[in-house]
Amino acid sequence: MEAMTTPSTELIVAIEDAAAASRTPIWKRLLRDPQFVVTASILVVIFLLGILTPLLTQHGPNDADLSMVNAPVGTPGYPLGADETGRDIWTRLLHSINTAAISAIIGAGVALTVGVIAGLIGGYFGAVTRASTEWLFSLIMTFPGILLLIILMPVTGGDYRFTMLIFGVLLSPGIYRIVRNLVVGVKNELYVDAARVSGLGNLRILSRHVLFVVRGPIIIAAAFMAGSAIAVQSGLAFLGVGSLQIPSFGAMIASGFRNLYIAPTQFLWPSLMLGVITASLVLLGNALRDTLEGSKPTPVKVGAGQKVAADGVAKAHASGALLEVTDLGIAYRGPSGQPREVVRGVSLSIARGQVVGVVGESGSGKTQTAFATLGVLPPEAVITRGSILFDGQELVGLTDAQMRPLRGKAIAYIPQEPMSNLDPSYRVGSQLVEGVRSALGLSKREAKARVIALLERCGIADPQRTFDSYPHQISGGMAQRVLIAGAVASRPRLLIADEPTTALDVTVQAEILDLLRDLQSELDMAVLLVTHNFGVVADLCDGIVVMQKGEVVEAGPATEIFQNPQHDYTKMLLGAILDEGSVRADAPAAAPAEGILR
Amino acid sequence: MMISYILRRLGAGLILAVLVTFITFLLLSTSFEDVAKTILGQSATPEATAALMQTKGWDRPLIVQYFDWLAGAVQGDFGVSVYTSLPVGPTVVQRLLVTLSVIVPALLITVVVSVVLGVWAASRGGLADRISQGISLVGYIVPGLLLAIGLVVVFAVRLKWLPATGYTPFSEDPAAWARSITIPVIVLTIGGVANMAAQVRGRMIDELRRDYVRTLRTRGVSTTSIVVRHSLRNAASPALTVMSLEFIQMFGSALIIENVFALPGYGSFAFNASLQGDIPVIMGITAFGVLLVTVVNLLTDLANGWLNPKARVH
Amino acid sequence: MSLLEITDLRVSFPGRGWRAKPVEVLHGVSLDVAHGETVGLVGESGSGKTTIGRAVLGLLKPSGGTIGFNGETISALAPRQRRRLAKDIQVVFQDPYTSLNPSLTVGDILAEPLVVQGATGKDARARVRTLLDQVGLPADAAERLPREFSGGQRQRVAIARALAPQPKLIVCDEPVSALDLSTQERVLDLFIDIQRSTGVAYLFISHDLTVVRHISHRVAVLYRGDLVEMGPAAQVTSEPAHEYTRKLLLAAPVADPSLQRERREARRNLAAA
Repeated sequence: MEAMTTPSTELIVAIEDAAAASRTPIWKRLLRDPQFVVTASILVVIFLLGILTPLLTQHGPNDADLSMVNAPVGTPGYPLGADETGRDIWTRLLHSINTAAISAIIGAGVALTVGVIAGLIGGYFGAVTRASTEWLFSLIMTFPGILLLIILMPVTGGDYRFTMLIFGVLLSPGIYRIVRNLVVGVKNELYVDAARVSGLGNLRILSRHVLFVVRGPIIIAAAFMAGSAIAVQSGLAFLGVGSLQIPSFGAMIASGFRNLYIAPTQFLWPSLMLGVITASLVLLGNALRDTLEGSKPTPVKVGAGQKVAADGVAKAHASGALLEVTDLGIAYRGPSGQPREVVRGVSLSIARGQVVGVVGESGSGKTQTAFATLGVLPPEAVITRGSILFDGQELVGLTDAQMRPLRGKAIAYIPQEPMSNLDPSYRVGSQLVEGVRSALGLSKREAKARVIALLERCGIADPQRTFDSYPHQISGGMAQRVLIAGAVASRPRLLIADEPTTALDVTVQAEILDLLRDLQSELDMAVLLVTHNFGVVADLCDGIVVMQKGEVVEAGPATEIFQNPQHDYTKMLLGAILDEGSVRADAPAAAPAEGILR
Repeated sequence: MMISYILRRLGAGLILAVLVTFITFLLLSTSFEDVAKTILGQSATPEATAALMQTKGWDRPLIVQYFDWLAGAVQGDFGVSVYTSLPVGPTVVQRLLVTLSVIVPALLITVVVSVVLGVWAASRGGLADRISQGISLVGYIVPGLLLAIGLVVVFAVRLKWLPATGYTPFSEDPAAWARSITIPVIVLTIGGVANMAAQVRGRMIDELRRDYVRTLRTRGVSTTSIVVRHSLRNAASPALTVMSLEFIQMFGSALIIENVFALPGYGSFAFNASLQGDIPVIMGITAFGVLLVTVVNLLTDLANGWLNPKARVH
Repeated sequence: MSLLEITDLRVSFPGRGWRAKPVEVLHGVSLDVAHGETVGLVGESGSGKTTIGRAVLGLLKPSGGTIGFNGETISALAPRQRRRLAKDIQVVFQDPYTSLNPSLTVGDILAEPLVVQGATGKDARARVRTLLDQVGLPADAAERLPREFSGGQRQRVAIARALAPQPKLIVCDEPVSALDLSTQERVLDLFIDIQRSTGVAYLFISHDLTVVRHISHRVAVLYRGDLVEMGPAAQVTSEPAHEYTRKLLLAAPVADPSLQRERREARRNLAAA
């Protein structure tokens, strides 16, 4: 794993919110969800109706009374009427519930059992095992399921339970995939490695660490699969696959369909019941998913621009600085709704051609400030107050369309993590060309020439080759050079660099810093450099701004701050830098007799 | 290299077809006697049954019978129907085409509608998102069967805009063909959109949150360009795999709702053959079914490789 | 005799694709760790430092060479026998956010290695209290979930877990890289204190020379799967013999503008040479 970084403010906010939210046990959260309560209740009632059938009915499901053929609703003894052979519809309906319930239990049950066990095995054990389970389930997935169920009718003898068993097997690849992916994901987690080092055997690891993760998705899948099984069984019964003696929704719908003009209500009852059951199962599954897996990110209008609080923006005076941030406030809305301020009244200024380092630890809000300047804060963020003046122009409150002329032209950005900031589906060159053309309006040919020249300027040995490569084909250091090339293409006046070297090896880091220094002096760019590393600051910066928990605690020329820090926090930070001279002085502890701790 | 990949996949598909048909044959062989009795009907004495089975060659070892069939199959001869004596191959293909003529338009419309809905919901949020989720929900909740019957009742019976049952081949009368498949296609599309639109929406939301989207924005790239050129392309890959599953799903649904519309397709064909125990026909149906799914999976993988450089075959 | 003896260790990973050849990431590395000593393993990405750590922990199988622990060869043990070593060799990983199971309480996490070794519930609970005290966490931490703690605190839990079976050797894989500056120093000092009081040895893996210098007695430098230099910490990290180590040393920026200028010059001269 490459050099790891401290968590971003967004991550910290998300974790804290999750910690707060999940203190309520799951069952309580479920009971608070009306969707869950309603659908679960409906299903329980219907299920009970099925179980209590003997008490609720007076006829058998196949008792045909020819005198009662097509009896209307309300006939004494036949509350919902009778069908084309004189069977009581109410009775058949209740029996059909049982058929559906059994179908669901067998179908979903088999699917889950087979899928979960195979998923655990396939996901957890080595590549060879996984390859064979993969192959097996791809095989099953390739079967045109329902076709097979129809074809195997002679074999199953039409027994719907056997059919559902086969259906369950046919359904299992879906579960297998889900479980396998979860297990593979967990298997690679460090805490599983730690468990292994602690001496846990495979079985124990599976049951304690892996199974837990799989729990939620299985429950959700069970709900959906039950619905699937019932729907398929009804469909097959509708076709006539299976014994005609077994009452089922499908069979009832079929006979109701035949008599649609004579007695339309015959079609109504089973359709209604089937519809309610399927709908409830789907909605139940959704409710379970919302609670067990947490709410998924909701979509937000792309290109909406940053949110600004209504009374927020202050009218600041234009100074001579290129970038003037005054009393900036940024807040995040947690899932509970409470806004939490992560940047609290930050002010800083950068002159033309000046390199300013914004230093702080995780959660200081330094990156948030940088994003706000670019106008790319995530949709959960709101600018609560303050102003950002760029060359006299107010940036806070601009829409995305208004920011675009500045972005990539006057203000440029280098991200922290090079690989995740390149689109994996496009060649590197074409991504840069796209950016250059959007910002400068060049023709395709001009843009390509410019990009290749830039790649070379940024120290890439074979620019044409890199131009034609996909992101996954180049190294981290090269990717960062590519991103730098893209950023400086338009000779920006302000370059915002967000921890540009943190994710790189230290030798590569030094080269990138050299490159940045050269480019800065050649293009006379102002640079806002976000970093947590004072060494980088010492290497590049003219001025320093120190941030702590959303506020600026100290700012000034670099040399002054290094030699004479005023604020306690700055002093603490500088003091925490490991001394060049600190070396381990004491000798290794003698081999302990019994490992006793004193 | 690409050719060899295609050939390998087709080869794997053929092996699969052999495997599946063999297993099916083994399972069906348990009912040889019943089939013989059905053919003979009233005159099904034990001797007559045994004699008939001998004539048909059903008393030979199973392996031999199977290889006999297989030998014929690879040459394109799938035998003849036990009951109608019509050649199996052409009949199966003809019925398959009918079903495909419903599924393929449904799938194409589903993809287009799903992509539009999914992208619209993911890039707009708010009302667009709620509408999209609502449509998905409706499609999920109402079983295809009920939807089919419901639409037939409303549009064919009450309003008489479209035919309730029956099928007109395209070659005969394109307009009539279109009218005869309209309701089935609508039914399949609604179910398909329910699933796919949700998938596309989900993937697009994930893609739009990626780091590279932010970086592209900082370069001044337009929103439309980002959504369509970048996010959609990346979201398309996982969405494609859903498409092949969707095809198989639709295939299954089609088999059932064909019955509602009296379409002479694969489903009713399989059902009747199965009911009667028409073993050569069943074998042909199975073989073609597996091959069809293989081809669809292969096409999806090729398209996936084209879209996603990392998944490309080396 | 050393506690840990690695001799000519080689590790290969299977190549990608159909019939690709395996790729060797460690080309015969030898080093040793004495009782109670800290040996720092320094290198950049692709150096193989993490691979060595995982091989010592038994999380991957070497393709050549041997690993000896306390006189016994452990590089080719079967899984069951390997589990026996859990009480002697432990680990602290880099990422405090994913090295603790998010669904178990801190108390359960710490008790797990003890219970596996056969401790009773009561013994385990008592030991957990002692461990929490040893790493400077409050006793009530045992009832809480990992997500309620900061990165530095979680790393302390990870250290406590490593200490639970009273091991002789702890493999520390970049344990402070993901922590803030101020926390880094505190956690490093905790590592040193624990070594002084329990006599445990560390194989301390890091990409950061200054961190390694602060805590190690001896330092080994790795480059692309080869050991290029090894020696006393003071010497290797201030007056390195090998050119790569020098390059590494000069590449890390120092927090003083004038000193950094000098270092930059020295680095440029080295590169030009």
